[in-house]
Amino acid sequence: MNTSIKETENQLREISETVLKLAKKYGASDAELSLNRGEGLSVEIHMGTVDKLEYNRDQGLNLSVYMGMHTGTASTGDLSPQAIQDTVKAACNIARYTEEDKYTGLADAELMATGIATNSADLDLYHPWDLSAEKAIELATECEKHARDFDPRIINSDGSSISTYSGMSLISNSHGFTGVLPSSRHSLSCSVIGQEVGDEDMQRDYWYSTSRVNAELESAETVGKKAAEKTLARLRGKQISTREANVLYSPEMARSIISHFAGAIAGGAQYRKSTFLLDSVGTKVFPEFIRLHEQPHLVRAFGSGYFDKEGVATSNRDIVTDGIVQGYIMGSYTARQLGLKTTANSGGTHNLTLESTGQNFNEMLKMLDTGFLVTELIGSGVNNMTGDYSRGAAGFWVENGEIQYPVEEVTVAGNLKDMFQRIVAVGNDIDLRSGTRTGSILIEGLMIAGS
Amino acid sequence: MNQSILQQAQQQLFEPSGLNENQLDKVFSHLQGADLADLYFQSNRFESWVLEEGIIKNGSYSIEQGVGVRMVVGEQTGFAYSDEITLEALTASAKAAAAIGKAGQNKSTQAWKSRQSPNVIALYATDNPLASMSEDEKIALLRLADKEARAASPHVTQVIANIAGVHEHILVADIEGNMNADVRPLVRMNITVIVEKDGKRESAGSGGGGRYGFDYFTQADRIREYASEAVRLALVNLDAVDAPAGSQTVVLGPGWPGVLLHEAIGHGLEGDFNRKGTSAFSGRIGETVAAKGVTVVDDGTLENRRGSLSIDDEGTPTNCTTLIEDGVLKGYMQDKLNARLMGEKSTGNGRRESYAHLPMPRMTNTYMLAGEADPEEIIASVKKGLYAVNFGGGQVDITSGKFVFSASEAYLIENGKVTRPVKGATLIGNGPDVLTKVSMIGNDLALDKGVGVCGKGGQSVPVGVGQPTLKIDGLTVGGTDA
Repeated sequence: MNTSIKETENQLREISETVLKLAKKYGASDAELSLNRGEGLSVEIHMGTVDKLEYNRDQGLNLSVYMGMHTGTASTGDLSPQAIQDTVKAACNIARYTEEDKYTGLADAELMATGIATNSADLDLYHPWDLSAEKAIELATECEKHARDFDPRIINSDGSSISTYSGMSLISNSHGFTGVLPSSRHSLSCSVIGQEVGDEDMQRDYWYSTSRVNAELESAETVGKKAAEKTLARLRGKQISTREANVLYSPEMARSIISHFAGAIAGGAQYRKSTFLLDSVGTKVFPEFIRLHEQPHLVRAFGSGYFDKEGVATSNRDIVTDGIVQGYIMGSYTARQLGLKTTANSGGTHNLTLESTGQNFNEMLKMLDTGFLVTELIGSGVNNMTGDYSRGAAGFWVENGEIQYPVEEVTVAGNLKDMFQRIVAVGNDIDLRSGTRTGSILIEGLMIAGS
Repeated sequence: MNQSILQQAQQQLFEPSGLNENQLDKVFSHLQGADLADLYFQSNRFESWVLEEGIIKNGSYSIEQGVGVRMVVGEQTGFAYSDEITLEALTASAKAAAAIGKAGQNKSTQAWKSRQSPNVIALYATDNPLASMSEDEKIALLRLADKEARAASPHVTQVIANIAGVHEHILVADIEGNMNADVRPLVRMNITVIVEKDGKRESAGSGGGGRYGFDYFTQADRIREYASEAVRLALVNLDAVDAPAGSQTVVLGPGWPGVLLHEAIGHGLEGDFNRKGTSAFSGRIGETVAAKGVTVVDDGTLENRRGSLSIDDEGTPTNCTTLIEDGVLKGYMQDKLNARLMGEKSTGNGRRESYAHLPMPRMTNTYMLAGEADPEEIIASVKKGLYAVNFGGGQVDITSGKFVFSASEAYLIENGKVTRPVKGATLIGNGPDVLTKVSMIGNDLALDKGVGVCGKGGQSVPVGVGQPTLKIDGLTVGGTDA
């Protein structure tokens, strides 16, 4: 199953050329595609025994064709010549039935990331790990053992797992642009269950480490112990009474606040007028000290890339400066709908980063003083049209900057428009495990519903 | 009938590469020593169309096919898959999956031979829904949706309508020689509208579907029903006031609010969590977990329902499994692996998203049986509370039992009457005791309209829910109005 990455690249380039040729043949005036191929291994351990050993092998083609201003899309996980031909035909057939949409089509040719496209290796995202099943089992077992041996109140495991994946994606279109992006991702995680002596209730929590480079993963011992500590901290959680309180979102949870903002200023939400932040460029949505920006070219980061899904060159840019919205998050379709220029966000954002106001986590707790530290959110509960926000939460009650006891079975509610304005500080305890980077966020005056 | 389904599946899955069932012997020879081993062949054709801003904007088509090879020894599972259905790819996957078998004791090596499976009742027709209508006819459905939604109110500013259909062939061959197949149609329509009035905007959606052809949407005025429901919902929410915060008496409407059962108890009763002892319901069979009169089932045998399957993804015919009977916990939902390890039988709940995923115990259609109360009488009995009739999604932590589900249409109940609409709010509770607080059960059992999707362990499968009107004495409502 091990093919070299160069070989994979050549195969994908060949398929891409075939697809673009076929699209022309079946009547498309333009076409763009993404192709991916990769492989991996994952192992899950439960109570010292292998639960699952899985070999993954993924591949796929996503194709959009344009016949003038008519669009058709198709995809396949089967890359045999027959399936590729069927897929191209299907996309072209669809384009014969869709109607003229003046905003559709490829991104403008002059925006292509031509020239630097072949230098994706500079981003250093590709570090395959030749992990044997035996070694994977050994590491995940060790990780779970550290968690289970940490304290007698750890009574069960919800599994410890290790996974490695590496592969290549390719973007190509009929402007003649082709870009490749080899990448890898490795993860080690552990989830354990705790119970206080004499108590019926159980609690579960987890920890994970993930990196492009296996050598940068936290050790099995660190991951296992953190999982155990997090679980133990939740034992004897209780519901608090309904009250208004200041809320500190842990870095993992704070990420969702940034995602709600990103969703509200997405081009699609703007042109459909389905957002509580309509026409917000130039508006002060956050306090003055807030800066949110994209850093697409960070080495080894999860949101890095020289081009977006349309082949448009990415670059550093500010989305919020001094609390004021500088621009939307757009691909060329939504940009044309709005009479604007694409921001190279077809397919998402690139290392969206919220700048810290400089406090570490303990200083953030001190600033919270008395209030609710949220470490888990469940459910959806966000109305993108109005900004109304209501989610299930668990965490800790804090007084005088000190954690008092775990809290569960409560909700936090407010309106995102107000919540953005009421941000007091952003911690420097930045979680780097995803393409959205933020530290903890302190927000004043949310409603906590409980008993 | 049965034989013909198997033949149809073999034709779709084996013939393109010239594979035949006699060759499977070679594949299974690598899986000797397994307590359970199977090959899951799958082929999917998916098609969708979208209307937005009054035009047919896009359509998409996708092809997915492959085979997953699983070997189970004791509690351990080895798994590999391939998107090529060839003897060579199957053999490679079998060798990889068999890495798990190194620890297992070798059993006697026997030649693999397929054997006749008992008859299975087909719960839906095998016709290809994608071919059930011409492209022009499919597009006409979306145009009708747009027209009906705009006709429903002058305040409608945007209509996004989409239809999607899947035609799926599966074939499961296990190491004991059983070969079972299924050919599954599935269609869905969603209509989302945006309304604007007095400078305020709201959005809402509605839809439906099931294991039918696209002609399902031409019957019973369904498209008009979806469109007017989406518009009604959006308009109601324009006038919504802040929802209350804190513990309230909650009356849940019939049908889709059954997502409560799915989150609060359904996931906690899946066999894998209980075999591992990680569920708040572990080891509690025979205990009272709900009020008297509460009976909850998981029923995969309802004809043409979105959550139904003639056979599950391990080849087991689906069942109507009683989870709670008159308040007492009766049983878990099982797949083959967890059933075997717990000394039980599979309940036909072994499901997987695709050939590239392992099966696990999953729900089908989960609902509570009707009681005797008149729904109006239930509302009249509440002095102050919340009447919640539409919901978005939900989520549960199966270990602590805490679950949420988010209301998208709710009203205040004041002095026995439904009064003002309130903004969407998340409701949170504790699974093992929420149903003990059920004090009235309506006589109006309804199932949802067929758009439900359940996610677990990174895998999505179509499901259904249902319930009668229910009164719950005390559930935490996550509003902003203290």
